[in-house]
Amino acid sequence: MAERQSPLEPELHVGSHGNFEHGVEILLTETRPGSIVQLAAWPGEEKKLIAAIRGVTGLALPDGAGGGLSDGVKSVFGFAPGKFTVTDEAEGLAAAFAKPVTPAIGTVTDLSHGRTAIRIAGPKAEWVLSKFFAIDFALPAFPVGAGRSTTHHDVFAQIQRTGTDQFDIYVFRSFARSFWEALCHASEEVGYEVQ
Amino acid sequence: MLITCPYCGPRDVIEFTYQGDGNRERPDPASQNFEAWNAYVYDRLNPAGDHNEIWQHSGGCRAHLRVVRNTLTHEISSVAFVRGDHSSAARRKAEDKP
Repeated sequence: MAERQSPLEPELHVGSHGNFEHGVEILLTETRPGSIVQLAAWPGEEKKLIAAIRGVTGLALPDGAGGGLSDGVKSVFGFAPGKFTVTDEAEGLAAAFAKPVTPAIGTVTDLSHGRTAIRIAGPKAEWVLSKFFAIDFALPAFPVGAGRSTTHHDVFAQIQRTGTDQFDIYVFRSFARSFWEALCHASEEVGYEVQ
Repeated sequence: MLITCPYCGPRDVIEFTYQGDGNRERPDPASQNFEAWNAYVYDRLNPAGDHNEIWQHSGGCRAHLRVVRNTLTHEISSVAFVRGDHSSAARRKAEDKP
C-alpha cells in the first residue's frame, strides 16, 4: 500500500490553543483509519448486507435509521436507507467485503483515500458542533454509536457519535483542511488541544 | 422551513433540493403523443394550498421524497420516500419517543 499523507498536515499544530487558561475543553485528532468503506444494498437486500457486515466486522447493527456502533477499532453506522459506512483501523476492509457482498446484494465502495476522519471529543464537543450543523446533538436524540449525514456550508459530512462526548466526522479529503481550520476556529473560545 | 426526512428526521430546507412538481406523469418514452408530452413539460396546477412535490435530501441521506407542502403557509403535511416505504429503514421509534 502506498503511504498515505494527511491533507491536514500543514494545519495540524499539536498542542493547546485558543482560550485554554481555564482548561482544555475540546480535543481534536485525526483518527486516520486504515479503511473507510461505503456499502449499499439493493432494495430488499438490506438484511443480507447487515448480516455480511456482522460476518466481516463482528458488529451487529441495531435496527432503524442512522443506527450504528463502534468497538473502538471497527465502526459501522447507517447514513441513508440501505447504506452504511464501515471503518477499520486496519487496511483491507474493502477486500474483505468483496466476497460476502455479492453483486446480487449490493455494492462496496472503498473510500479509504477519499475521506478524512476527524475526532472531536470533550465536554464542549456538542456545543462546538452545534455551531456547524443544524441537527440535534443531545444524547437522547443522537445516541452513542448512531450516525448522521448532514452538510456544513454544502460540504457533506458524516458524523458518528462514538462516546457520550466524542464524535467522529468523515469529510471529503479535498475539503478536510478547510473544515479542520474552521473546527479549530470554532473551538478557540473554549480552548482546544490537538493531538 | 423544516422538512422531516423519513430517514434523518427534521432538517433545515437548506439540505434539500427541489426536484419539481410531483403531479407530473411522464409519458412512455416511445410515445409520440404530442399533447401528453406538452402537458408533462409545461402544464402545472399552481395551486394556492397543498401541493405535491418531489424533493431530494441532497445534503443528507440523498433519498428522493414525496412532499405535500402548502404553498400559502409552507406547512409540510406529509413526507414519504418516493421509492417504496423503506419500512426497514424508517426512523427508529425509540428516538422519536423519549
